Amino acid sequence: MNTSQLVSQLHARLPDRDREGLRQSGQWLLRTLGAPLLGLALFLLLWQFAAQRVDTSLGAFPGPVAVAEQAANLLREHQRERERAAAFYQRQEQRIAERLRDQPDWQPTWRSYTGAPTFLDQILTSLGTVLAGFLLASVIAVPLGIVMGLSPFVNRAVNPLVQLFRPVSPLAWLPLVTLVVSAVYTGDDPLFERAFVVSAITVTLCSLWPTLINTAVGVKAVSPDLDNVSRVLRLGWFSHVWRIVLPSAIPMIFTGLRVSLGIAWMVLIAAEMLAQNPGLGKFVWDEFQNGSSQSLSRIMVAVLAIGLIGFLLDRLMLLLQRRVDWQQGD
Amino acid sequence: MSKCLLDISAVDMRFPTPRGEFEALRDVNLKIREGEFVSLIGHSGCGKSTVLNLVGGLLQASAGGIILDGREVREPGPERAVVFQNHSLLPWLSVRENVALAVRQVFRRRKSRAEMREWVDHHLALVHMSDAADKRPDEISGGMKQRVGVARALAMQPRVLLMDEPFGALDALTRAHLQDTLMEIQRDLNNTVIMITHDVDEAVLLSDRIVMMTNGPSATVGEVLEIDLPRPRDRLELAGDTHYTRLRREVLRFLYEKQRKVEAMPAASGRAEAGASAGATDQRRAVGSDL
Repeated sequence: MNTSQLVSQLHARLPDRDREGLRQSGQWLLRTLGAPLLGLALFLLLWQFAAQRVDTSLGAFPGPVAVAEQAANLLREHQRERERAAAFYQRQEQRIAERLRDQPDWQPTWRSYTGAPTFLDQILTSLGTVLAGFLLASVIAVPLGIVMGLSPFVNRAVNPLVQLFRPVSPLAWLPLVTLVVSAVYTGDDPLFERAFVVSAITVTLCSLWPTLINTAVGVKAVSPDLDNVSRVLRLGWFSHVWRIVLPSAIPMIFTGLRVSLGIAWMVLIAAEMLAQNPGLGKFVWDEFQNGSSQSLSRIMVAVLAIGLIGFLLDRLMLLLQRRVDWQQGD
Repeated sequence: MSKCLLDISAVDMRFPTPRGEFEALRDVNLKIREGEFVSLIGHSGCGKSTVLNLVGGLLQASAGGIILDGREVREPGPERAVVFQNHSLLPWLSVRENVALAVRQVFRRRKSRAEMREWVDHHLALVHMSDAADKRPDEISGGMKQRVGVARALAMQPRVLLMDEPFGALDALTRAHLQDTLMEIQRDLNNTVIMITHDVDEAVLLSDRIVMMTNGPSATVGEVLEIDLPRPRDRLELAGDTHYTRLRREVLRFLYEKQRKVEAMPAASGRAEAGASAGATDQRRAVGSDL
């Protein structure tokens, strides 16, 4: 058999192999996605079935279809609001340009558009607030946890306080935080809005505990052998923490951070709802007060969005952990 | 005879326990000369590791003192580098980085960056680990990890190299390989070494002197055996050597006749423990009369 014959034969075989490959990847897809899709389908059916049977003061509980409609609606409202804002700025620019032509030495005043925040705006506000609160919590909890893990004395001193404050609900902190922030955080033109600061600090107070406890435990669990290596090398305190303690404790710290971020997101929605701070929580509360026939569907959209964002935030932390954690690397 | 480098004199070591003090070592005396290879051998629990940790400065003696080069040992330091039994490499650093961390710490004011890199590479080559320098500890075998541990310790250029059962967790073939590597290095560098071992052959093959310890509690130096076999030593030739066999028998006789270990049965641990400590007292008396 010469080479060209061989090549043509190989060509003849190729489609067969492709078909086989396709069949196999189809099976793989079915295996990995089959169960989740089945679960989702059953949930939607159950939801539709149960929703018809619940009559609220605002009408029947919305089924999946009504909720999907409202989701599209909210997106359209957002687009319309953006168009309105763009139009507003265009008009303003035009007006100012015209007046400048007549009076070249006139100082124009630019105004910003003051429309109601849309659903997407609220999501962005919430994300910003939760990240600020979570970052503040991490900046406090990780160093304090390291000191607690290294020093049994500090650990004994701080531990009772941790146990005391850890179970406190965000709803209990909120009034205190609101009053303290209004008293302390004053000034004519503050860098951040007061409502933002109140929400962020409430998030911090509730979400720093898992990171704190996990960091302390992770640091305490550094292998005594590695500790001895550090002693033989006479590493200074900072080198010891940076080169031995921190890498050892990174897996535990990240477990803590992921739990903290989850709590931060849950707490934030509650805080926004109760304190009337802008964000998703306020969106839900406003819809609840609004009480139109669409309100329930819109709240349901918010619920699903909150769940999805919480899930994505956790995935994001997981990605970050993969980059930083030597055990999960590669 | 060269001068005495390390002097362990009248060292006692007691540990506080919930049931009162536990005396691990009593009156340990040992002088080690520069360039000498000394093995500590004895049954488990006889305080070999305690002696090593005291020299390493990781523990402080309850009484007595340890003097290295005219200075008392009070804390750990790189001039007494330790090769740990379980290698103790930092798992998040590569082989090269593990050695480099030690080199940076010891030589950061005395060597330039390039010199330090060269120093690291030289010591990796010494233990035949140049090819795996960029691997992480979990990617290499137990024997290779132990090689890196040796390289890290040697790279600190210690006055005394302390090895805590360095090859104890390895299979026999790997252990033999590493022993040969260690003898090679020892021929070139002539380090002062204290090595803990359970392995009689290893002790006789590598050492200039074998220090045999009595059983604990209150363990001490039982006998010291000079190993005057000519170097370089070859394990195959030694296997048929009558003097080697005699030295080996000396160590075995100490371990299995004079210091026979009464193993405590786990089922009746309380009673057996009392029996074991009584037995240990008898054995110490026997050693005393022997000396």
